[in-house]
Amino acid sequence: MKLPAFDYACPATLAEALALLASRDDAKALAGGQSLVPMMAFRIASPSLLVDLRRLSDLRKIAIDTSGVRLGAMVRWRDIEDDARLNGAHPLLKAAVSHVAHYQIRNRGTVGGSIAHADPAAEMPGIAVTCDADIAVTGTRGARVICADDFFIAPLMTALAADEIITEIRLPAWPPRRRWGFREFSRRRGDFALAAAAVFFDVDDAGKAYNAHIGAIGVGDRPARLPAAEAEVNGQVVDIAISERAGRAASASVDPQSDIHASGAYRKSLIGTMVERALQSAAGMSAL
Amino acid sequence: MPLSFEVNGKQVTVEVEPRMTLVDCLRHKLRLTGTHVGCEHGVCGACTILLDGEAVRACLILAVQAEGCKIVTIEGLSNDEALTPLQASFRRHHAVQCGFCTPGMITTAHALLSEEPDCDADRVREVLSGNICRCTGYISIVEAVLDARSAYRPPESQP
Repeated sequence: MKLPAFDYACPATLAEALALLASRDDAKALAGGQSLVPMMAFRIASPSLLVDLRRLSDLRKIAIDTSGVRLGAMVRWRDIEDDARLNGAHPLLKAAVSHVAHYQIRNRGTVGGSIAHADPAAEMPGIAVTCDADIAVTGTRGARVICADDFFIAPLMTALAADEIITEIRLPAWPPRRRWGFREFSRRRGDFALAAAAVFFDVDDAGKAYNAHIGAIGVGDRPARLPAAEAEVNGQVVDIAISERAGRAASASVDPQSDIHASGAYRKSLIGTMVERALQSAAGMSAL
Repeated sequence: MPLSFEVNGKQVTVEVEPRMTLVDCLRHKLRLTGTHVGCEHGVCGACTILLDGEAVRACLILAVQAEGCKIVTIEGLSNDEALTPLQASFRRHHAVQCGFCTPGMITTAHALLSEEPDCDADRVREVLSGNICRCTGYISIVEAVLDARSAYRPPESQP
């Protein structure tokens, strides 16, 4: 469908953008538009004012230092793909982003837009939760930082207030020897995940895993870590048997809904397989 | 509101409502109907154009967001004298059936080959996965794109 009517503004500064957003109850920030514009085409969203953030070039930076990786909200998937520094600074992010939508959408879609949209089957919210990211936001009442686990509330619902803008996603530093894996299953590459697993763990001198983080995407109303699966990994040398146990624990931890794309039972089984394969990949066991 | 951008090398100014998508602006205001509209929500790829050199879905961009940009449409990737190497390759491989998806396939392939003239078949398939051909003629389309790669390589690297 054609979009509903709205007013449009393209401010030059963040302060102007915030004032515009606060000027109406139903104003919305527009980043890459790759989620919001389809929502408007479906008439699921009909804001009366769109505040285009494209002139806010400060939000387009990728900063990497000892504290980790800071992604400006307007950083596009394409920018992450093109940034060779991230191969070492955050390989899990890079792997996950290769699954985000299709070529043309990756040229426009932004990390901030995806985080604000909060689709439970989207990769970026899943990476943010798995990696204990902080989401920096700002509004006319001031700036605050929200941890990813508190940020995502339900499908398309977040802790972001209507008059706030996401400015930055902060991923904690990535130790060089950390093991990681990402596995996603979708009907067609680039489509939303029927289930996906993002995992990482560190390894001690005895070869045992600690600090396991296992995140599930697409099998709940928000992305979530799976403590029961992580408990199977911590303190163990990750092998086939451990990965299978973690996979079973992952399946048992979730209760996904059925929809037109897959039944809940299928998704429940699938997340186990994704966790298992991601762990095997992290342990260097499989080319799957 | 007034809007100015460059389309296929020509500077244009049009009057649009904010709700008008870029693809509707190109087709209805500028009569550049080579760009097709399929799904209008970003899944079919028929409306792919080049915005500042990058392939994008023109149904997911507001016309007003293109202010000051350089746009190339399917019309800008052809000329009246002869088929371009990419067009000739599509013809040679029978990569056109009903033709509805073809403008999006050509613009996407052009963007890909301009940046990655040495891409392999897997990469071509991955990139074209965002373009739906409901005649399901994908194999010949992938072959046509692969066969056009040499035309995008710098002259000294051509065999």
